[in-house]
Amino acid sequence: MIASGSEFKNYRQEQYFFRQRLAVAAFMALFCFSILAIRFVYLQIVKFNHFQTLAENNRISLVPIVPNRGLIFDRNGVVLAHNFFVYTLEITPSKVASLEQTIAAIAQIVEVSENDRKRFKKLRAQSRSFESIPIRTHLNENEAARFAVNRYRFPGVEIKSRLYRNYPQGKMGVHFIGYIGRINDGDIKALEKSEDISNYKGSDHIGKSGVEQFYESSLHGVTGFQQVEIDADGQAVRVLSSTAPVPGDNLYLSIDSKLQQIAEQAFGEHRGALVAMNPTNGEVLAFVSQPTFDPNLFVDGIDSENWDALNKSLDKPLINRPLRGVYPPGSTFKPFVAMAGLEAGKRLPPFSISDPGYFSLPGSSHRYRDWKPGGHGRVDMRRAIAISCDTFFYGLALELGIEKLTSFVSHFGFGKATGIDIQGENGGLLPTPEWKARRWKKLWYPGETVIVGIGQGYTLVTPMQLAQATATLANNGVATRPHLVTSIQENSSGLVHPVPIINMDRVPLQPSNIAIVKQGMMDVTQPGGTASSVGAGSAYLIAAKTGTAQVVGMRQNEKYNAGKLAERHRDHALFIAYAPAENPKIALAVIVENGGHGGSAAGPIARKVMDYYLLGKSPNLATPQAKELAKPLPEPMEELHD
Amino acid sequence: MISAFIKRVLYHIDGFLMGCLLLGMLVGLCVLYSASGQSLERVGAQMANMAAALAVMWVAANIAPQILERFALPLYILGVLLLLGVFLFGGISHGARRWLNLGIVTIQPSELMKIAMPMLLAWYFAKREASLRMSDYAIAALLLLIPVGFILKQPDLGTSLLIAASGFYVLFLAGLSLRLILGAGVLIGASAPILWSHLHDYQQRRIQILFDPSQDPLGAGYHTIQATIALGSGGVAGKGWLHGTQAQLDFLPERTTDFIFAVFGEEFGLLGNLLLLLLFSLIIGRGLVIAAQAQNTFNRLLAGSITLTFSTYVFVNIGMVSGILPVVGVPLPLISYGGTSLVTLMLGFGILMSIHTNKKLVTA
Repeated sequence: MIASGSEFKNYRQEQYFFRQRLAVAAFMALFCFSILAIRFVYLQIVKFNHFQTLAENNRISLVPIVPNRGLIFDRNGVVLAHNFFVYTLEITPSKVASLEQTIAAIAQIVEVSENDRKRFKKLRAQSRSFESIPIRTHLNENEAARFAVNRYRFPGVEIKSRLYRNYPQGKMGVHFIGYIGRINDGDIKALEKSEDISNYKGSDHIGKSGVEQFYESSLHGVTGFQQVEIDADGQAVRVLSSTAPVPGDNLYLSIDSKLQQIAEQAFGEHRGALVAMNPTNGEVLAFVSQPTFDPNLFVDGIDSENWDALNKSLDKPLINRPLRGVYPPGSTFKPFVAMAGLEAGKRLPPFSISDPGYFSLPGSSHRYRDWKPGGHGRVDMRRAIAISCDTFFYGLALELGIEKLTSFVSHFGFGKATGIDIQGENGGLLPTPEWKARRWKKLWYPGETVIVGIGQGYTLVTPMQLAQATATLANNGVATRPHLVTSIQENSSGLVHPVPIINMDRVPLQPSNIAIVKQGMMDVTQPGGTASSVGAGSAYLIAAKTGTAQVVGMRQNEKYNAGKLAERHRDHALFIAYAPAENPKIALAVIVENGGHGGSAAGPIARKVMDYYLLGKSPNLATPQAKELAKPLPEPMEELHD
Repeated sequence: MISAFIKRVLYHIDGFLMGCLLLGMLVGLCVLYSASGQSLERVGAQMANMAAALAVMWVAANIAPQILERFALPLYILGVLLLLGVFLFGGISHGARRWLNLGIVTIQPSELMKIAMPMLLAWYFAKREASLRMSDYAIAALLLLIPVGFILKQPDLGTSLLIAASGFYVLFLAGLSLRLILGAGVLIGASAPILWSHLHDYQQRRIQILFDPSQDPLGAGYHTIQATIALGSGGVAGKGWLHGTQAQLDFLPERTTDFIFAVFGEEFGLLGNLLLLLLFSLIIGRGLVIAAQAQNTFNRLLAGSITLTFSTYVFVNIGMVSGILPVVGVPLPLISYGGTSLVTLMLGFGILMSIHTNKKLVTA
């Protein structure tokens, strides 16, 4: 076929036109590619540093390695707090399509309680979506196995083992051991303030009370870090470098668990407090607050039912009575008032009074009654203590004057915190006219001085203060700061660092005056004394003082339920003691709330404690102790310390 | 004897184009190996895809353009019918209705349309060549819009835009008045604000995010942000093959398919990017030469459209990965993992080769 001229020309024209258009298109394509090239230059040269930083941030993540928390032992190595692994079933929300469906499906395999769901919800609100959150804790072997079989059905759900704090002694000693709980906003603020917050990256728990709180920085340890490469899901792909954590230090307490146990059981159903100390070095041997509770409830967040039960209980188990319970000291205050008088040169032997059974202020007909109607007859200082003569101390207090009296007894630690190694201690109250003017905008009346002489009125003490004062007296005025932790052991090296004993200001006391007061206190437990029953049949000499504090009309920290008020009208029973009287090894203070008379309600408790401590006798405890031991404690799956 | 046989087998294969395409595929396999987390399985699967695609290309190269011209209309009608089938009975995957299950095989009719569209329009203009009127452009536009509408409805914005582009290139090369194009452009530009005000808030928001991904960094914008981080952190020389942290660590979504260029750019840097652009430019240049030398209207329109559509693929994909174009699902030719689009692509190159070698036949 031969193309004609015009057709050929047409063809040429057409091709020329087409090539023109093609050239335009080619130019457009070139233009577009140039834009791309410019964009590359912009991204990869101009903004290179910016994107490089972004890429690094994207890929390298610091993953904290939480150190194992230090353990807590008593003076004999009995474990009070330790860690063990438990199986938990955890969900990573970002990997799960529907949380509710997943949880519902899990509930078909292992039991998921309402509380589990609530806790999960609470934790979910606090965590990021790629952090795994336990839906069930403390899975038993059976449950773990059942889930493992069905695991393929649950992407994003894993069995993990988490380290849990456990208090193997249960309810025993919770008020000084304390407990840990989940870190809350308040804790975060405190950590930020102390600049410790970076050490808590990855930590879920923090000491909330007791030595768990006070020694938090030692127990927690130093958080280690792993530099890891992570993928977009936040999953670690490769470890780039790592700094090992330093495990927390172990604490050794001065507490004797057995003594503690005997003391707690000696209270029976009574509410109250007991603090027993070694008077020579300030070691706290027993620290009882009754009733008590199980700290294990708090470790993973307490559920609302248990919380309500504890918080709303009329018995106020959550209150740390030795430190925060403030009571009028009653007659247990008398030995210290006596010391104040003797040191001021008043009532020195052979001074005595004839007690008519009451005391009246000069020019007043109001009678301040003695507890014994008709009076005690002739009473000197030693006898005044032994029989707890109120009339004797009314007059002495008035003669000393309130300022002199309170400033002297404050040397024994009243009116201020003792400085024990637990936070939240109440300082009690030693009233003065200035205090009353400040607090109540009222004048101080002489009658108020009179009743301070027998430990009533505004005077408030904590059991801890009372124990410390008794120990100081027993040690002839030489005081050491009370403490629970005797030594701290580095977990890594095993090195033990003793906690230094801190001496307090020595109370200036004449030996002859000390001898008078001590003699009076020894008489207390002898026939004719107010607590003769406590001393009956004792193999060692006990120096003591009974006390009774009125409840009605007294200001109390706790508001008692009106319906129950009647039962709780009874006086608080107080008892202080040290023994052996000639060479004190133990000093203690006991308060039995609404217990009635100090000698009969609180004294026997003190006797049991002293008997065990000094003689190794455990009266009446054979049966309950066996029962106690038979109760299975949560079995640690794996001990952490070796 | 053997060399003569090879010569006969390869007679319709364009050496230069073939070389460039094989080089591109080799690069693609290397990047895929890295992007897939060094999965030989993935690489093997893609090699199988490539083998199939090369076979399709060889077949296409051996079919004379005249035959293609004869099949243009039936192929188009079949494509539209299949799209209608998808519209009515198609299977849903990833929230879009693209696949049609024909019992034995599932097919994606939009892929067929990528070739059928320019073929039909090239056929139409070749037929109307002698008496071309304005109305022909209108009819062509209508023929173009029917399948594009279906695909847009699936919804597959990327493919519909590319098919629209491939049709538009035919219209443009066939001589559609520049004034008209310009006028249409102005008209669209002018009506945009009016259209905009008629959109719902969520629709406006979607379009805003389309153009500015940083407004939704964890949602729609996540892809682009991660891809630009990958590219930018690659720098001039790149982090090295298999060492792209963004890619290796799962930060990049769809990193073996639509976003594979981010892996390439991170690991080979600016130099690699420019070399890859050069390779694509060589392929496009060769295609344009073939189109320019083609000897009839059908051939030259088809060759031109195929080549320009290829350049559009490259531009749209890289543009979207590097954050200058909105994210629409368009794979990077030769590099992205996936068989269907590769087969379609190589079919196009086979047609180009056929057009070129058949011209030689005619002149010889």
